[in-house]
Order: sequence, then structure tokens, then C-alpha cells
Amino acid sequence: MIYDIEYETMPREAIEAIQLRRLRETIERVYATVPFYRKKFDEACIKPGDINSLKDLHRLPFTTKQDLRDNYPYGMFAVPMDNVVRIHASSGTTGKPTVVGYTARDIVTWSKLMARALAAGGASRGDIIHNAYGYGLFTGGLGVHYGAERLGASVIPISGGNTKRQAMIMKDFGPTILTCTPSYALHLAEVAVDSGIDFKDLRFKSGIFGAEPWSEEMRTEIERKLHLDAIDIYGLSEVIGPGVSVECLEAKKGLHIFEDHFIPEIINPQTGEVLSNGQMGELVFTSITKEAFPIIRYRTRDVTSLEREPCICGRTLVRMNKVSGRTDDMLIIRGVNVFPSQIESVLMELEEVEPHYQLIVDRKDNLDTLSVLVEVGEQAFSDEVRVLQNIEKKIAKNIKEFLGVSATVKLVEPKTIARSEGKAQRVIDKRKI
Amino acid sequence: MEHVEQISVFLENKAGRLAEVTRILSEARINIRALSLADTSDFGILRLIVNDNEKAKSELKAHGFTVGKTDVVAVEVSDQPGGLHHILRILQKANVNVEYMYAFVQQSGEDAVLIFRFDNLDEALRVLKENGVKIIRGEKLYAM
Repeated sequence: MIYDIEYETMPREAIEAIQLRRLRETIERVYATVPFYRKKFDEACIKPGDINSLKDLHRLPFTTKQDLRDNYPYGMFAVPMDNVVRIHASSGTTGKPTVVGYTARDIVTWSKLMARALAAGGASRGDIIHNAYGYGLFTGGLGVHYGAERLGASVIPISGGNTKRQAMIMKDFGPTILTCTPSYALHLAEVAVDSGIDFKDLRFKSGIFGAEPWSEEMRTEIERKLHLDAIDIYGLSEVIGPGVSVECLEAKKGLHIFEDHFIPEIINPQTGEVLSNGQMGELVFTSITKEAFPIIRYRTRDVTSLEREPCICGRTLVRMNKVSGRTDDMLIIRGVNVFPSQIESVLMELEEVEPHYQLIVDRKDNLDTLSVLVEVGEQAFSDEVRVLQNIEKKIAKNIKEFLGVSATVKLVEPKTIARSEGKAQRVIDKRKI
Repeated sequence: MEHVEQISVFLENKAGRLAEVTRILSEARINIRALSLADTSDFGILRLIVNDNEKAKSELKAHGFTVGKTDVVAVEVSDQPGGLHHILRILQKANVNVEYMYAFVQQSGEDAVLIFRFDNLDEALRVLKENGVKIIRGEKLYAM
């Protein structure tokens, strides 16, 4: 179903006219209200009045995660805090998170976009949505929640974790739409089997899965095990949260980007050059309707390509292919963004350990696992087992506290972590996504 | 010196690591007097008393091992039932905590040697001596 028939099926020329108008408004506003953007535009010798066509967007400087970090926590906000009604945050590259804000109108915008996304995935008024995305600073839980309510569906705000109880609720409450990360969906399927629940007997029609990259093979597996249509949804808090783009139930081929709110570009990550449709590169977004946290040419670090071919569902919106990788070293573990540098900062804070470490990411029983190997130097070493085990526990506890992800810590002998060309190989990702 | 120097080596739980330590020591012509191995599911700690601590330590470090040095106490008891119990009773009464211990029997077969690791080494030594326990000095043990 198409939730917003006018905007989602608008002819190309009309949508581009809207984009240009909104882009110009946004550029004028950020230039006037966010010192960071004013400085960047001045340095690039661009005035808001210079933006006369959508192509002029390519002249504007990029915004990176580092820029958001440099302006932590509220430096990128374009409205006074009096007008901010919600704050979310996601992992930064080191200790500090990336903070984003929403005005009341932003929340309405986001809710409408999520309503569109849920509708594209097969939900409508009368559906019961089992929302197992985490509620909290992470945008997943509340994003889906507001969208579901806007759509008029019934939402079960189950959040993440406590999987056995979730299985019981799935059986008893009769939800028809599942929303969670794709790996959690597979985990739910396994736990359900253990609890004597067969997904065949449940009422699920479709599942809208995101917050981590997943493959066509994983879609096949989810659809087979959960007996539902598996739909990919994409978003990131810096842009708005979930609801930036979504697949349609009809085609399940490429995610429709809500272009009346976000302008996508694909660039060469090395040169910054804008690539044409169909070419693989880094996805860049400019928001054109957000009030509290507008973002200009944000480098997502996600690798994909754009397709302009019309879709059988009737939407005229550009489609992005499934994200196939990253241009940085960010890992997504159980839906949580993890940068190796964050683990490094945790280790640096412990006097006794040296930051010689390696992360091993794997997937066991469909759940991501993170093992952190830490080399034992003389400072950390003790002849007593207890002392070493306490170090392992302390590292695991700090990682959990700072990053929100559970890790198994294993002490290893010095120099056991493979070093290639003098640089240690920090991450081994064994997952087959 | 009334205490004995013990070296400890961090070992990952994987095949061949212990043999690597013994290879390095044998090539350096170092004699092992006593040893004990503590292990968990992913690592082990090898504790050694050898005839040349400094050499053993530098050889192992040169081969990339993490090596530590700890002071322990060596005690001689007659090799007969109740020998160990006698010592532990003394320590228990004086409220001295043992972190860990291991034992070996001397070549003569008459006496056993107990190696103790204490939290508070000086207090333990005082208690043992007060109760007439025979302490083996470091130099003597290394040369045994």
C-alpha cells in the first residue's frame, strides 16, 4: 500500500521542483543559524544565493561524523533548545556519541515517513506491530513506534531482549507485522522453536528489518523460517533515523528513498566526485525538511548505488540498492554501531592493559558475537589467575557500559595478534552477511 | 634470602605453548627445580623455580613471552602423612592466607618441599619461623 500517494508517486519534474525549493530554504536557514555551516560555506566561497539548481548542491562541502563530534553535543542544532522536543544519539567513533534533535514538526515528519515505510512493507490500520527494535537513545524503537501509531496500527512496544517472553507474546497477542534487526528475527525463530512455537501458526504477514546490512540469502532464510515477507528498511539517526528509505512489498528490489525529504548522492569516497546512477560508491544525504538537525551532504560511509528505473509498485522515488559495505571500519553488532577506536579508548582508560587488541565478530545461533582479544603485557600480568580474570571482567564490563554491546574478552600472549605491514589487523569479521 | 624467586609465564591455551617454554629453557641450559601450572578455559599461568632466574626470564622475554617475577616461600617438611597438614594448621591459626601452593619431593626422598605464595610474605615467614618450620633459602633451592 502507498501511504502518501501524492508524494510517493509524483512525476520527476515535480519532485525536483520541490527538492530545489526545500534545499534553498534549508541552505539559507543553516547558513543563518549554524555557525559550523556558515564557516564551511564561507571557506568554500558559496553563499546561499548561489544555489540555483539541484546540481549546485554538488558544490557544497561534505559533513562527516567527525564534524558532528567536533560540535558535540548541540553545536549542529539549527533551532533554540526551547524548540527541541526529542534528543536521540548514536555511537560516535570514539567515546562520545553523535547527538541529534527533533522539533515537534520533525517528529511529525519522521512519523509520517515511518508510516510510509511500514505501509510499503505491508502494514496498515488494523495490523498489530510487534516492535522489537530497542527503545531509547537508539532511533529504531521510537521511530517505528511513532510511525505505527501514525499509520493507525496497534503497536506492541516490546523493545529488544527477553526473547522467550517475546515468543510467548507473539503467540498470544497475534501480531501481524514484525519489526526488528534481521539477525534478531532469525534468533527469534530459533527461540520460538525451543518454546514449541511454530511461525507457521503465527499471524505474521511481513517483517520490516533494518539497522544492519543483510543479504538476499538472509532474506531467503528469514522468509523460509518465519513464514513472512522480509522487507529491508534503511535509515540513520544523523539523517532522521529509520524511514529514510524502504523496499516495497511488490518488488523487494531496492529501497525507495523519500526524496521529498532527503536528497541522495553517490560519491567516489576517495575523490568526493559525484557518480552517476548505477555506479557503486558512498551514499551521501542532504535533509531538506528537518528543522532541529538539518544535515548537508552527510557522508554515511555506506556503500551502494542508485537506480532510477520505474518500480512496479508505482512509486516514482529513486531506489538505493541494499547496502553492501562501509568505507570506514564501523561494525554493526546486534544493531549497535561499534568502531574499533571506541574499544581502543576503553582499553586506554585501563592503566594495566596496553591497547594491543583484536576484535573478532562472528554470528552464532544467528546472533552477532564480539570477542575482544587483548595482549597481556608485563603491567597486566600476574602469577595469580584471579587477577587476570578480573582484568577480563573489567574490560567486558567497561565495553558494555560505554558501547552498550556485550563482548567476550580473552587475554592472549603478546604479539599473537597478526600484524600486517607493521599495522595490526584490528578486526576479523567472520559473519556471512 | 629467606624467600625464593619464582618466575611466572603467561600461556595461551593452545597446543605447543608449554613445550615452547621448555624448549627455550633447555636450549639455554636452564634447570627447572619446581613448577606448577594454573589454567582457565582460555589461558594458563606457568610458575617456575629454576637455577638461574635472570637468564630464564630474559630468554623467555626475548622469545616474546610475558614473564613476571614473584617472591614465594619454600618450606621443608618430612615426607610422611600429616606433613603438609601440620604447616597449614600453623598458617590457619595465625590467619595467614595462602594464595596458592605446590609441592615436590626431594631426590633423597626423605623430605618434601612446599612452595607457598602468600599475600603477606613477611608475616607468613615470621609465623612459620616462630613455629619452628624449616625455611629453605633461595640460594639453596636453586642449587638443589
